[in-house]
Amino acid sequence: MTSNSRTILICSGKGGVGKTTLTANLGIALAQRGSSTVVLDADFGLRNLDLLLGLENRIVYTAQEVLAETCRLDQALVKHKQVPNLALLPAGNPRMLEWLKPEDMQAIASMLEQRFDYVLIDCPAGIEDGFKNAVAAAREAIVITTPEVSAVRDADRVIGLLNTHGVNPVQLVLNRVRPKMMANQEMLAVDDVTDILALPLLGLVLEDEQVIVSTNRGEPLTLNGTKSPAAKAYSNIAGRLQGEDIPLLDPSKERSGLRATVRRLMQTKIF
Amino acid sequence: MTLRDLVDKLLGRQPASASTARDRLQLVLAHDRSDLSPELLDQMRREIFEVVAKYVDIDLEEGDVSLETEDRVTALVANLPFRRPVASPSPKSD
Repeated sequence: MTSNSRTILICSGKGGVGKTTLTANLGIALAQRGSSTVVLDADFGLRNLDLLLGLENRIVYTAQEVLAETCRLDQALVKHKQVPNLALLPAGNPRMLEWLKPEDMQAIASMLEQRFDYVLIDCPAGIEDGFKNAVAAAREAIVITTPEVSAVRDADRVIGLLNTHGVNPVQLVLNRVRPKMMANQEMLAVDDVTDILALPLLGLVLEDEQVIVSTNRGEPLTLNGTKSPAAKAYSNIAGRLQGEDIPLLDPSKERSGLRATVRRLMQTKIF
Repeated sequence: MTLRDLVDKLLGRQPASASTARDRLQLVLAHDRSDLSPELLDQMRREIFEVVAKYVDIDLEEGDVSLETEDRVTALVANLPFRRPVASPSPKSD
C-alpha cells in the first residue's frame, strides 16, 4: 500500500445524477495535482467510465482477466496519455455479475491500493448486488445527488447502507445546481439538502452545458483547464479532498442586480 | 418559513415548490428510515391511543402520533393532550 492510499466510492442510488462524470473529472483533477490515481469502473452492467475518459478504444484486458489471473494488473490498467498519473481499470463483461462477490472487489481494490494514492470506484446505480460488491471495497465515500426529491430520497437510502457497512467519512456533492431556480425557491436549497441528508458538503456543481460537450468529446472538463463553472467545481472538490481549504460556492452570490437582491430578501427566514 | 412563503400566503398563491419538496421529502424519509408503512403507523397510532386511554382521559381528536426526523435520527413523537376535566358540580358544603 502506498503510505496512505485512499479508496473512495462514488455513489448516488439514483442513476443519471452524475456519478461517472464526477469520477472522471475528479480522477483527472487529482492526477493533475500530483496524486497517482486510478479510477475503477464497478458498473459491470452498464459501463461508461471508459467513454467519458476517451479511453474506450484502448481497452485490452479488464478487471475480469485480472481476477482470473489471465493477465497482470499493469496489463489491464489503461494509462491516460495526457495525464500519465491517471489510470483506468475497466469493468469486465456484464456476465461477471453472475459470479462476482464482494471479496473479489476487495481483492481488486487492495491490489490497486498498493500502487496508487487514490482509488476512485465508480459505483453502479441502485442498491442491489452491484452496489454491495462496490461498497465492500470502499473505505470512504462521496454521495452525489441533485436538488430533486427523487435523487435526495435515493441518496438517503444509500447513506443508510454506507453507515451500516462502516464506510467513513461520507461526504456530499450537490450536482446540477441552478442558482436562478434556487433564488426563486423553485429548487431545494443547498441547506435543505445538507440538513436532510446530514452530510458535510464536499462540493457544489452548477448546471453546466459544457459537461455534455466534454462527454461528446471524451475529454473531461478538468482535462483542458477550461474556465467553465463545472470544471472549477470539480477541481475544487479535488483540492478539498487533498486537504486544501477552499471556500464553497454560494449560489445566491452567482447573480447580481436589483432582482437578485429582492430574491435574496425573499429567502429570509422569518420563523 | 421564508418571507416569500409569507407573501404567497397573504396573496393566497400556491407556495414556492421548494418548500413543498422539503416537506414531502421529510415525510417520506421518516417512513423510509423507519421502514414503517403508513398502514402500520396508523395501526400503531390506534393501539397507542388505546393503551394511554386506559390510564388517562385523552382527547383523541387532538391527539397525534407521528414520525419526525432530524439529523438522520428518526423519532416517534406522540402528542396526546389530556381532556380538560369537565367542571363537575361540587357538593355544597354548608
